[in-house]
Amino acid sequence: MNAEQTKTKKQEDIILDVQNLKKHFKVGRQLVQAVDGVTFQVRRGETLGLVGESGCGKSTVGRTLIRLYSATDGKVLFNDKDVHALRGANLKQFHRKMQMIFQDPYASLNPRMKVLDIIAEGIDIHGLSQGEERRNRVIELLETVGLNRSHLERYPHEFSGGQRQRIGIARALAVEPDFIIADEPISALDVSIQAQVVNLMKRLQTERGLTYLFIAHDLSMVKYISDRVGVMYLGNLVELADSNTLYDEPLHPYTEALLSAVPIPDPNVAKTRERIILEGDVPSPINPPSGCRFRTRCPKVKDICSQVVPEWKEIKENHWVACHLYS
Amino acid sequence: MSKVLEVKDLQVSFKTYSGEVHAVRGVSFDLDEGETIAIVGESGCGKSVTSQTLMRLLPSPPSVIKGGEVLFDGKDLTKVSEKEMEKIRGAQIAMIFQDPMTSLNPTLKVGDQITEGLMKHHKMSKSDAKKKAVEMLKKVGIPSPEKRINQYPHQFSGGMRQRAMIAIALACAPKVLIADEPTTALDVTIQAQIIDLMKELQKDIKTSIILITHDLGVVADIAKRVVVMYAGKVVESGTLEEIFYQPKHPYTWGLLASMPRLDQTSDQELLPIPGSPPDLFKPPKGCPFAARCKHAMKICLEEMPEATKVSSTHQVACWLEHDMAPKVEPPAAAVGGE
Repeated sequence: MNAEQTKTKKQEDIILDVQNLKKHFKVGRQLVQAVDGVTFQVRRGETLGLVGESGCGKSTVGRTLIRLYSATDGKVLFNDKDVHALRGANLKQFHRKMQMIFQDPYASLNPRMKVLDIIAEGIDIHGLSQGEERRNRVIELLETVGLNRSHLERYPHEFSGGQRQRIGIARALAVEPDFIIADEPISALDVSIQAQVVNLMKRLQTERGLTYLFIAHDLSMVKYISDRVGVMYLGNLVELADSNTLYDEPLHPYTEALLSAVPIPDPNVAKTRERIILEGDVPSPINPPSGCRFRTRCPKVKDICSQVVPEWKEIKENHWVACHLYS
Repeated sequence: MSKVLEVKDLQVSFKTYSGEVHAVRGVSFDLDEGETIAIVGESGCGKSVTSQTLMRLLPSPPSVIKGGEVLFDGKDLTKVSEKEMEKIRGAQIAMIFQDPMTSLNPTLKVGDQITEGLMKHHKMSKSDAKKKAVEMLKKVGIPSPEKRINQYPHQFSGGMRQRAMIAIALACAPKVLIADEPTTALDVTIQAQIIDLMKELQKDIKTSIILITHDLGVVADIAKRVVVMYAGKVVESGTLEEIFYQPKHPYTWGLLASMPRLDQTSDQELLPIPGSPPDLFKPPKGCPFAARCKHAMKICLEEMPEATKVSSTHQVACWLEHDMAPKVEPPAAAVGGE
């Protein structure tokens, strides 16, 4: 699909519409506000990156979207249907259309199952094929992700991290999904292997018209793979824009600081670059700061920031930000 | 500048039930006073085993130092007795680890973990050591240190724990600090804080630092010289500029070209290194990278190349440096991307 078509068909091209999504966890008598009202849309065929530091709620967003968690509040519309209201056959269909790739390739594959059965589990559940056909389908999937039929009868422990992640991807593809949530799919891998997996994901996207939600903390990699990037801080989205725009003209002070903190593998750049070093740590999501949650670390904090929660709005076309500097 | 530490042809193996793992297979490098060198490589390349051998932290069995020397202060650390090592460890060579959650003692107050070394090595009295502990915590940027020394590690955040660990390591003003992936477990904004702190403290205490990492971004920010390891061997070493701007080894090219850069808008595809590192139960006879190398020749599979001098500071172990080898240009993405 080219850019022009995307623009004219903007309305119907939204595959996922997230409206004021909240997920709170009860921990003892306390309430962890892991995700506290995020709103964004994902367009069909794009890669939306979601970045932020640990504890910012990015993984919780992913898990709530796919219904691993039920939402505390808000709505998730997938192909215009409310995900959290789905029941029965519709729910089953939803699980087929949205799949997930996990961070830890060691923990996310059942060590007691053979690769054939791991990948075919979804095929079996959805009754997509049986017997010889099932096997052939798995072989085809293995070949798609760069493995081969000799791997069919092996167990996960016989594979390296990169290969396991390929198996995870094959498993997700087995049920022919439209939408894949990749939660830190490459963080556990070595750099030389990361590029292999990212290139594979990019290739699959072009071949199969997949839509990705790519969750990661590695900003360089997210920028590389994503069309648009959303930045989260302490349960809120603070900025969302086209990935080049976000890097070239970050609006939110947190985005600025985050980008300037990423080390760049080039000694000359490292020497001359100005860095914004944030003071202190991320506050607890149990008792987040009033108003803007970033205000306790923000270098540009104003009086209003502690009193009023900044509104999430589109400042320029396709550039969303929640900050009092822009209101 | 004088050398503080010299590692010569170090070889370390692990004896396991299924055979011997040749984790470090002839590693040499040296460290000047007050400088920072980085040892770079992927998991399993032997960088951590090397650093732990310097500190003699690996239990034996299963680990065996098969050969080589570690010269420090006129002694060969591979040969000194455990008793002597105890005097060096923590006092003259200190270490900080990747995971501040597991490398601090959860049952001891942070203050006690700092004073422990001071009382043992510097024979300080408890109250003096305590004063020094407060001073150290202040130095590493921990607010209200008087209160903090009486707290336990679980009351610290990840970044604060790493600061506390740095305070412990530097309390005795060691000559050498080994930092094994000190920022890998931290978020980028906290990572930036810790890197800045390490730079500042180095100026202050004049410690030499060996930084073990896989993150070339961190390397570019802090190191003066770089040692690139692969499958238990040093494949290339040189100054920061030499490694980043004139890399010679195809593995170094691969490392540089497989990482996207935040400051570049490029649609060019990442160049991954195909395959995975060799099994060190049976390390290959020739160059360990040959199986993944685009430019591998017949000789690469048969014989390990000698380290060749490119300049007085730059060495590379690759057959492409041989007079008879074809001329090969590094990929554009590896040398600045222009």
